[in-house]
Amino acid sequence: MTRIKEKFAELQAKNQKALISYIMVGFPNEKATLPIVRGLVKGGVDIIELGFPFSDPLADGPVIQNASTISLENGTNIVKFFSIVKKIRKETDIPLILMTYTNILYHKGYGKFISEAKKAGIDGFILPDMSIEESKEYLQAAKNKADTIFLISPNTSKTRIQKITKVSSGFLYLVAVFGTTGVKTGIKKYTLDAIKQVKKQTKGKIPIGIGFGVSTPEDVRKYIKAGADAVIVGSAYLKLIEKTPQNQLESKIISFTKSLKKQTIL
Amino acid sequence: MKYPKNGRFGEFGGKYIPETLVPAIEELEENYIKFKNDKKFKKELDYYLKVFAGRPTPLYYAKNLSEKLGGGKIYLKREDLLHGGAHKINNTLGQALLAKKMNKKRIIAETGAGQHGVATAMACAALGMKAEVYMGYRDMIRQKQNVLRMNMLGCKVHPVKSGSKTLKDAINEAIRDWITNVENTYYLLGSAVGPHPYPVMVRDFQSVIGNEIKSQMKKINNKAPDTVIACVGGGSNAIGTFYPLVDSNSEIIGVEAAGQGLKSKMHSATLSAGSKGVLHGMMTYLLQDSEGQITETHSISAGLDYPGVGPEHSYYKDTKRIKYHSATDAEVVDAFLMLTRIEGIIPALESSHAIAEAIKVARKSKKSESIVVTLSGRGDKDIEEVQNYLREHDKN
Repeated sequence: MTRIKEKFAELQAKNQKALISYIMVGFPNEKATLPIVRGLVKGGVDIIELGFPFSDPLADGPVIQNASTISLENGTNIVKFFSIVKKIRKETDIPLILMTYTNILYHKGYGKFISEAKKAGIDGFILPDMSIEESKEYLQAAKNKADTIFLISPNTSKTRIQKITKVSSGFLYLVAVFGTTGVKTGIKKYTLDAIKQVKKQTKGKIPIGIGFGVSTPEDVRKYIKAGADAVIVGSAYLKLIEKTPQNQLESKIISFTKSLKKQTIL
Repeated sequence: MKYPKNGRFGEFGGKYIPETLVPAIEELEENYIKFKNDKKFKKELDYYLKVFAGRPTPLYYAKNLSEKLGGGKIYLKREDLLHGGAHKINNTLGQALLAKKMNKKRIIAETGAGQHGVATAMACAALGMKAEVYMGYRDMIRQKQNVLRMNMLGCKVHPVKSGSKTLKDAINEAIRDWITNVENTYYLLGSAVGPHPYPVMVRDFQSVIGNEIKSQMKKINNKAPDTVIACVGGGSNAIGTFYPLVDSNSEIIGVEAAGQGLKSKMHSATLSAGSKGVLHGMMTYLLQDSEGQITETHSISAGLDYPGVGPEHSYYKDTKRIKYHSATDAEVVDAFLMLTRIEGIIPALESSHAIAEAIKVARKSKKSESIVVTLSGRGDKDIEEVQNYLREHDKN
């Protein structure tokens, strides 16, 4: 069983849902990543998504785009990224998911990249531009090594939900809104309908996480109430990180994380 | 490759797209397959191509240039004479008509040099639709005449200030818009790039260029040209020129932008200097660093300033059916001036890359040989850019 699966099982036993927090490694600077992770863990986060920057993040809104650019300017590269992951692993056993774009894995070779990531302590991958049609090589490389978390959109057909479920492990990432990451549009009826539909199609075989535009404890509460097994908060963290002085970073992250986590305890 | 199975040209192409776009891409492919052989659709498109865009375009024997160089006969495929001043209208009319059949109310597009933006604005105005265009901020400055033209045509131009502020970033932003407004929006992509079916669809709409060349050369020489040359950025005028001729004996040469030289890193010669990767929904050759980050490009011509290339070109490079060469900014400006002064034709800087190659080929060829060059656009938009270049390089 992978760390991600174990975590969902553990939470279920405690009657809790999962809080998944996304941060961009190397943003706002290299040194900040560890204190931010410590803050997340102390605040009670269940799973951490670590963003690896890409020059052309076409599924991301302005907040993550900007963090990506700054991280690259700070010199984030694959070696540095994995060394940070190893440091995190020394401190915590929390599931870690790497989120980036297909070209980063393709360029190094899916097999090589995934093996190195696994060795550093990565448990799963999210690639927003990886469609199931192009995923054969990626899935083979990840088999028995890491969870492959695919995205589902509110406009995904029933048959396609089933196909995506077949190749997904860890959880299914339901995109809450039509749009890029970080768009604040309020909770839409079509999203609530999508949660119901995905639950119906998957029949509890795999947890469902909701992300894109989830930013407040109120959002978390509503999505959990609507039936989500996990909520993913990203841009809201980056905004907080951006405006917080370095010496207060850990404490601010702790209190924000606590406020979100509270809503996932039933 | 008539219609690529699974959207792949060999190993290139595919559809690497966010899930939200999948239904839109499927709907597009379904409709494209339905309408591409539909008699009524074809008739309507032919009508607009003929009386609105100005097809067929002439194949002009560039006598002065050919005689000056002393080699083969150079023929110019005059896409620069089309409405809007470039080959782009072939594709925008096709796609805008398709969008109309699909009942899409909102059209978005990206543009580099602004030619595709202008052609989109024109086609949409003619067909009674509204268009919005994304354009890199750097390109808006160097091609401001086209920005003004788009504004005049009632088209909103969104400046893109992320990344290198050029074509690549304009495509990123157009895709983000499409993800957000997927339910009512048609993305009218301007080059033979992007996820399947765009590369094949754009190729098909642009193939009118190569098909006309074929029949025009048949009348002149009763055979296919010995050499065919076109410039390659994303590669739409090139694939439209080349595709109908890939089964002939013609030598085919695509010309990329070598900018300040292939060793300078200040270039956009993707096929000449790139490696395989995934960007903008396709697997193709890219300019990228050792970790797969896309690198910034340079070209004197905004329309070629792009770190990727259409997947079908990648396929023809690897199968060696087509040769891909490059021309530097300096060679391009020389070619621009030569054609302007001795033929009285002002070529776009993009097309001047093809002219630069034709000059090299002509010098080495026999008088009996024929060289066809696609003059993809006119250079009125580039006058200021060339003037600045000459001033900076003290050549005025």
